[in-house]
Amino acid sequence: MNKYVYISAMALVTFLIRVLPLTLIRRKISNRTLRSFLYYVPYVTLAVMTFPAIMEATQVPWSGLISLICGIALAWSGAGLFPVSVACCAIVFVIELLLV
Amino acid sequence: MGPLLYSSHYGDFKMRGKRIDNFKRGIRVGIPIGLGYFAVSIALGIAARNAGFTPLQATVTSLLINASAGEYAGFSLVASGAGVLEVAIMELIANARYLLMSCSLSQKLSQSTPLKHRIGVGFYITDEIFGVSMAYPGELDPFFTYGAAAVASPCWGLGTLCGALLGSVLPLRVVSALSVGLYGMFLAIIIPPARRDRVIAGLVAVSFAASFAANSLPLLQHLSSGIKTIVLTVTISLAAAMLFPVKEAEEDE
Repeated sequence: MNKYVYISAMALVTFLIRVLPLTLIRRKISNRTLRSFLYYVPYVTLAVMTFPAIMEATQVPWSGLISLICGIALAWSGAGLFPVSVACCAIVFVIELLLV
Repeated sequence: MGPLLYSSHYGDFKMRGKRIDNFKRGIRVGIPIGLGYFAVSIALGIAARNAGFTPLQATVTSLLINASAGEYAGFSLVASGAGVLEVAIMELIANARYLLMSCSLSQKLSQSTPLKHRIGVGFYITDEIFGVSMAYPGELDPFFTYGAAAVASPCWGLGTLCGALLGSVLPLRVVSALSVGLYGMFLAIIIPPARRDRVIAGLVAVSFAASFAANSLPLLQHLSSGIKTIVLTVTISLAAAMLFPVKEAEEDE
């Protein structure tokens, strides 16, 4: 079958998932539990996606783990998005240069 | 009438200046996102090529879908000869977390945000762009999100194109190092609030532990990573919302 049929189906489903809540929920939600839930979602979802995935993204799990720990320490001490991101990459590169 | 007209024009002018500023701020945070995307999407391009997509088709897919797990799942299903309906259902499952993110973002936008900007912001919800948009202080200006997407999305497409054209021409070492860049960004988003708020710190720790457990437990191991993310996010966030409901003032930080 034409690949563009697949691409259209994938694009349409993904588009609706992303856009429907944003366009349908127009008001501030007043329910406190629901508000709290949506407030916590970003932190939980980003944390869930980071670990242990970071250990699977690298050639050896150790480099991912050390990069995670250093990233947490750097972000804790106030480093921004770009420095933390670059530092995590550099740490993996150096460790794998030594280990792999 | 004169002064009124003048002041309203002046207001428009100020508004436009602010939008440009926010667009530029978006571009700045978009650069590290783009670098990570470039690295990650190379692997996608290779997967697309293996599934029989031309480089152009692979790039179009990336520019329209902007989702690593979703695209990867889609390519592997197409490669295995699945039908369109199966692929569509797979997308629904792999990308369902964006539904939650879209709900959260709806509370981050000003109520008066017009439809076109709601669609625009929605189209560019990815894990990373969502993350930086939620970290934006106060109500979200869509132009900040557009700035981030203006850098990140082309990088995503370009990486896919390179992967599909060249296969694995980049040394594995470089791809491996670049691929943690996105996780570094996630840390930079979640750790500073965790330092200020003990509940968030606890949530991050619980989320790490639960996610690790879900990957190791025999029963949960076979769930797709998209489903796992949703189940854990809903369970942990809901428990936290009931145990530690947020006061109005905290939310506006």
